[in-house]
Amino acid sequence: MTKKQKRSLFSIIICVVLLISAIALSKYRYISFALYILAYLSVGIMPLKKAVNGILRGDMFDENFLMTIATIGAFFLREYTEAVAVMLFYNIGELFENIAVGKSRRSIAELMNIRPDVATVIRNGEELEVSPEEIEIGEVILIRAGEKVAIDATVIEGQSSLDTSALTGESAPRDVAAGDGIQSGCVNLSGVIKARTVCTFGGSTASKILELVENASTKKARSETFITRFAKIYTPIVVLMAVLLAAVPSILLGSPAKWIERALIFLVISCPCALVISVPLTFFGGIGAASRKGILIKGSCWMEQLAKAKTVVFDKTGTLTKGSFSVSEIHSEGISDGELLYLAAHAESYSTHPIAQSIIKAYGKKIDPGAVSDVEELSGMGVMAYVDGRQVAAGNARLMEKFGAEATEYDFIGTAVHVAVDGFYRGYIIISDEIKADSADAIASLKSLGVQRTVMLTGDDERVGKAVAESLGLYEYHAGLLPSQKVSEVERLIAENAGGALAFVGDGINDAPVLTRSDIGIAMGGLGSDAAIEAADVVIMDDKPSKAALAIRISRRTISIARQNIVFALFVKVFIMLLGALGYAGMWLAVFADVGVSVIAICNAMRAMRIK
Amino acid sequence: MTKTFKLIDLDCAVCAGKMEDAISKIDGIKSVKVSFIAQNMAIEADENGFDRLMKKVCRAIRKIEPDCEVVL
Repeated sequence: MTKKQKRSLFSIIICVVLLISAIALSKYRYISFALYILAYLSVGIMPLKKAVNGILRGDMFDENFLMTIATIGAFFLREYTEAVAVMLFYNIGELFENIAVGKSRRSIAELMNIRPDVATVIRNGEELEVSPEEIEIGEVILIRAGEKVAIDATVIEGQSSLDTSALTGESAPRDVAAGDGIQSGCVNLSGVIKARTVCTFGGSTASKILELVENASTKKARSETFITRFAKIYTPIVVLMAVLLAAVPSILLGSPAKWIERALIFLVISCPCALVISVPLTFFGGIGAASRKGILIKGSCWMEQLAKAKTVVFDKTGTLTKGSFSVSEIHSEGISDGELLYLAAHAESYSTHPIAQSIIKAYGKKIDPGAVSDVEELSGMGVMAYVDGRQVAAGNARLMEKFGAEATEYDFIGTAVHVAVDGFYRGYIIISDEIKADSADAIASLKSLGVQRTVMLTGDDERVGKAVAESLGLYEYHAGLLPSQKVSEVERLIAENAGGALAFVGDGINDAPVLTRSDIGIAMGGLGSDAAIEAADVVIMDDKPSKAALAIRISRRTISIARQNIVFALFVKVFIMLLGALGYAGMWLAVFADVGVSVIAICNAMRAMRIK
Repeated sequence: MTKTFKLIDLDCAVCAGKMEDAISKIDGIKSVKVSFIAQNMAIEADENGFDRLMKKVCRAIRKIEPDCEVVL
């Protein structure tokens, strides 16, 4: 409990004691009355003060004002116990609300507790514990097992595995060794590592993420602004209705005391706090849940758009595919696939070309340097080398011709490396950009969410585009596009997509214009790329396109919880207001309608934080 | 220049909205955002006379919520 909450609890206890004594001493009229007044003031002084301040400001219609006139009205009707009780329960409710909100705020903050308070820096050979803000670029920090990385850095000594889940939502640890970059917010799981910082604390990944999430609540969703606008007109209308409820029947039917009491009950019921607190809290919880999964949503307005998404457009290279090459097909003639790969990998073992690297990677075993001799690179054709004394040529069809071997035609997507051994053609290895393991899942989840139109845009040729689109089950694809054509393609899709929103998922490096043009721009692989964080509305921290579907799911859930709260609160209020006007609801029910509904709505809002 | 301040005991979401309104009416304030959830506010104003302006801001806040404290 905070200091203020303790103070509030204390005044509530005082009030209860005074109220009980006032009731007990009801025989002594004046003493009892004085005790009632004291009991009232012990809890009512703050709302009174705020109500007076509000009136002085010319902005009087708020809950304090409602409570004040309701209770003072009850005093004039000589219903002292009710007057004090209403103020008392209003305070208890406020305290309860306060604790609930504080708790949810803390648990959201805990989700994002990725910034350590201290870091160990090595200065003049000494290990010093300092606040991370004091560490400058280029200093050496020490991270022990179990500690968080405070600032983005490059490992210079030691190796370990890092838990990146706070940043990416990815549960598998990442291995790092000297030379690797590490991001703040990751937790060191095993060994001790030393690393040189590459930025300041304020500029590090963890700080940037926190700033993004904290500022997210300032870009409001329409339902949030609706609530604020609603509260502004709602209170004066309710007050006017209460005045009418007190005046009109009294004049027509008489017995004004009865109608004034009903009007006061009506006022207590009408407090709009349940809505005003729970709706922003729901959105904040949703944003918190998403960020725990490695999805940064820059504002609740984007959640609203995501929930409406009907078309999702993907960039191909780097988004649906890995953007790196790997062996996808081996065709051998006269020797085994394994032997072909062995010979090709050894022949290419001195090359740094990405295609050669992918063959070596596919071979998977250790290269035996002793087996390779007389390596000769033939520019524009490939490589020739002796492996275990056999002459191996690996390269394109022209290289095969040169060695008197005839290359077999192939029908696969990608680049072919043909292999000839001692002048005989032995087969080819196809190297292509790999589709991410997660991509098919992304498209399937989008379909199951009812996002029918999944589109892929690519600068690659038709053949590659078609192959990828078909294997993933995309709704449509457009190949051979220049960057500017991607923008016009997205514009055309937006025009066809009336009523729904269009999300574009890209790697954020060269598609900033498209990210900006689409209704929701989603950038992938946000770690370390400022441009992506800047241009996009949603940033996916790892490289899984399926997170786009998850973002839509979280958004829809959040929006539906916010709607539930709006409908529930308004329905209960209107219902009890009617009961109050007709004389079926007393002060007790009125206080429940105010406080109880708020607490239920807050608890419901907290569900937005939990996501499977 | 934009500065962010922590707010202690900012207790109601409506008040946060009212503070935003009241502060934005102060001369010299370019923009202001009060976040009830994050319990902070971001104020954009000229660097010249920022501190003087902050006094007015604190007064405006105290009028709306007497308990609320601005961490300067």
